[in-house]
Amino acid sequence: MTPAGSLLAATGLRKAYGPTTALDGAEFSVHPGEVVAVMGPSGSGKSTLLHCLAGIVRPDAGSVTYDGRDLLAMSDAERSALRRGEFGFVFQFGRLVPELTCVENTALPLRLAGLKRKKAEARAMEWLERLEVADARDKRPAEVSGGQGQRVAVARALVTTPRVVFADEPTGALDSLNGERVMELLTAAARDTHAAVVLVTHEARVAAYSDREVIVRDGRARDMAGVGRP
Amino acid sequence: MSIGHTLLGLLETGPRHGYDLKRAFDARFGQDRPLHYGQVYSTMSRLLKNGLVEVEGIEQGEGPDRKRYAITDAGITDVERWLVQPEKPEPYLQSTLYTKVVLALLTGRDAAGLLDAQRSEHLRLMRGLTERKRSGDLADQLICDHALFHLEADLRWLELTAARLDQLGKTVRP
Repeated sequence: MTPAGSLLAATGLRKAYGPTTALDGAEFSVHPGEVVAVMGPSGSGKSTLLHCLAGIVRPDAGSVTYDGRDLLAMSDAERSALRRGEFGFVFQFGRLVPELTCVENTALPLRLAGLKRKKAEARAMEWLERLEVADARDKRPAEVSGGQGQRVAVARALVTTPRVVFADEPTGALDSLNGERVMELLTAAARDTHAAVVLVTHEARVAAYSDREVIVRDGRARDMAGVGRP
Repeated sequence: MSIGHTLLGLLETGPRHGYDLKRAFDARFGQDRPLHYGQVYSTMSRLLKNGLVEVEGIEQGEGPDRKRYAITDAGITDVERWLVQPEKPEPYLQSTLYTKVVLALLTGRDAAGLLDAQRSEHLRLMRGLTERKRSGDLADQLICDHALFHLEADLRWLELTAARLDQLGKTVRP
């Protein structure tokens, strides 16, 4: 059963890597415009959960439903199209293409979707401005600071106005001031575009930018909404 | 820290005399501040009056109080309620949280769940502070940051404790 109104939901997810169980019946759901933090100790299955939700990793059992569609029943091509057009990704280390400038990096998802260079870069510039890194437009990733690079990565994730943003430890490599600014800009932009955010983090200060948290432990996910409230 | 609830939790593992209770409390939780006998007896008489404990027997012998106390069903419910209800986040909470975790392990309750609920309570407050920071001026930001760093320190302790629950469980219930 998919929770009512959810954009992305998973039930009974199981995934093992050889003898190691990463997910053991995990449940998850996120609504449009909602920021959900996925927390838990290292090795608890947080990243595997994110990868299953994003259609990057195929679970051994269980189901993932995105906007009423069964993600696991889609062909590889359909899933790739979904990841390019409707999902955005931010990783711990920006993973920008080193040979491309910051504006080219940001425009890349639009170019892959077939948009002409000029239009794609114009839209990319809007996002670089919004993320306060317009100055970096013609620099290559190696020429900007870690904080700037991560903002470019966030701009790239948001440039297609995705409906779900997956962020895996997006501030893990940043100092706290830069990390907080990235979180502020990411969550504000996601809320404005009504995108859902799945935010994997082990940092409480980062999780404090979410609407609710899900705790993953021993491959199971516990939704903490309302827990401990009288 | 609630001495009443702590003594009740210790009683849940089996009936004890007043002096046994004091010894058990001091051994587990009284490293810095052992209980006075007076505190034990005044607490026990309050718990007795409220129906949370009962006197199972009185022995003749030395010492001021030879009553053997047992927890009642109402007492068990009271311990349960206290353990499940997260603490209001505030400085130097760790002794209360430590006590709750040890009592949960001693009485076979879900200590990990207790820590999860407490993490949520902390995060709830941190969300409020983060929101205030977002909409506030620099002074607001600095004041909220101070509170946030303290709450974060509590949470780091909490995560470390969660990671060591199995180990702690073996110490508490060898």
